[in-house]
Amino acid sequence: MTLELRNVAKDYTVRGRVTRALDGVDLEVLRGEFVCVVGASGSGKSTLLSLVAGLSRPTEGEIVLDGVPVTGPGPDRGLVFQAGALYPWRNVEKNVAFGLELLSLDPAERAERVNWYLAETGLDGVRKSLPKQLSGGQKQRVAIARALACEPEVLLLDEPFGALDVQTKEDMQVLIRQVWADTGTTVLMVTHDVEEAVFLGGRVVVLASDPGRIAADVEVALPTERDLAVKREPRFLELRARIEDLVREQHRGHVSRVAAVE
Amino acid sequence: MTGPTQRTTPASTAEARAAEAQEAEQRLAEQQEAGRAGGGRPDWSPLPRRAGLKPSASPLFSLRTPISAASRWTLAVLSFAIPLLAWIVLSVSGSVDSTFLPSPVAVLKAGADMASTGELFDDLGTTTLRVLEGFGLAVLVSVPLGILMGTFTAGQAFFEPLIGLLRYLPASAFIPLLIIWLGLGEPSKIAILFIGTVFFNTLMTADVVRGVPDSLIDVSYTLGARRGEVLRKIVVPHSLPGMIDAIRVNAAAAWNFVVVAELINSSAGLGYRIVRAQRFLQTDKIFAVLVVIGIAGLLIDVLLRLLRTRVGKWAA
Repeated sequence: MTLELRNVAKDYTVRGRVTRALDGVDLEVLRGEFVCVVGASGSGKSTLLSLVAGLSRPTEGEIVLDGVPVTGPGPDRGLVFQAGALYPWRNVEKNVAFGLELLSLDPAERAERVNWYLAETGLDGVRKSLPKQLSGGQKQRVAIARALACEPEVLLLDEPFGALDVQTKEDMQVLIRQVWADTGTTVLMVTHDVEEAVFLGGRVVVLASDPGRIAADVEVALPTERDLAVKREPRFLELRARIEDLVREQHRGHVSRVAAVE
Repeated sequence: MTGPTQRTTPASTAEARAAEAQEAEQRLAEQQEAGRAGGGRPDWSPLPRRAGLKPSASPLFSLRTPISAASRWTLAVLSFAIPLLAWIVLSVSGSVDSTFLPSPVAVLKAGADMASTGELFDDLGTTTLRVLEGFGLAVLVSVPLGILMGTFTAGQAFFEPLIGLLRYLPASAFIPLLIIWLGLGEPSKIAILFIGTVFFNTLMTADVVRGVPDSLIDVSYTLGARRGEVLRKIVVPHSLPGMIDAIRVNAAAAWNFVVVAELINSSAGLGYRIVRAQRFLQTDKIFAVLVVIGIAGLLIDVLLRLLRTRVGKWAA
């Protein structure tokens, strides 16, 4: 057992009005799992990741990693944002090295580790480039390599490929599957793209909106060794359709509730 | 890809294609008609149509359009040449008394005279030293204070109201008070420079620091950085180019204040030289000193701009 969310709720106060973003979320992510969270807008997907990262605190319930309650951010939970959030004044290899520079590590060992992650994410050729010189896909590779270099227990991905074009997105999907296989890191990923969730995840968790709750937890019965061709197989399409229906159902419910309030 | 093959087709197929297009247009119109019948857009009268944007005659008159290097240099030279020409015409034609408006040659000569006796360089040195001391002190205080205000909400809540008010008090109005407090020597001049620049530089630095994206700070925590490390390794490097920009703007203000301080009381410096020349109606000397002040200010600006470019290479 690695990561556990126990009855987690989160309220936001906007101009004196309290809104519940997440309610009664129970979720368990086992060591080495790849879990994708999907949901319509307003389902609190990003709130969920921010809570696990420790960047905000739950209103109710608790989050436990390997038996220790999460009280703040730390290098055991690496985070990758949609926009990458690279350090623009640091070149690629110095971005990747950031977390390691904070540790009293032998420089030779640090360089060796950085080199491995650069090679793993296909960044060898641009190691001296500044972030502004990189394409969108390369920026996300740097963000992933930087998070992984700290050897997190869990890698948290917040719609990391949401801003990429379709071809780059598929390259990145293959890459992240490979990285997951090579490093054995537990991955918790939030996305609105159901196809992506089914292709990447061993499990897909569907969030309901308003407040965000877990509506379904679907096992992805596909082989661990996957390539892009699996996206055309009937069992993939069937699973994808089923989850899309679940998401759509939750979204419709959300829309009609909003309409009723107005 | 289809371009070349289409271009080689005979005229008859072109006719056929035109007919096809017409047919398609008709079909579309019918579909739209059917849509309207089913409660589509109301049948408004057509909107008046504006003519499309005409290409402008020259890039000089187009919004946000780059101009050639030649045009750029010509315009830069003209911006100096036109006032200079007006000056020459006014002084040579004799329409303005040379006591009020000396000729450029007289100004150059006065400048050369002052340079040959060394007094010009002594004055320039004295004034520059005052700027370095007064404005340097202001930078030493305002940069840490600005970082504090830009990073800690409590720091902003505590300092911003007071500094926001103080910045509206004109530094030159403090001169009499500072002379009473600190006397006629160097400290009162340095204090004026300090008062004139420290508040602006603090608020501008705080603004720059507030511009550091939250995501950069958050992601650093998830990479294991502590608060102090985030401040040193994220907030400061990200703000550095903007801080240099603020210093560049306020260096110009410092250069203004030092001359004002020297005009009122001093025994050396460029401002003092202007007052002395005024006493003897030596307008040519006043002009020469003004030119020196302008050139010195420009030089400082260029140096800081070079530094800004070097430091801010990473910014998009």
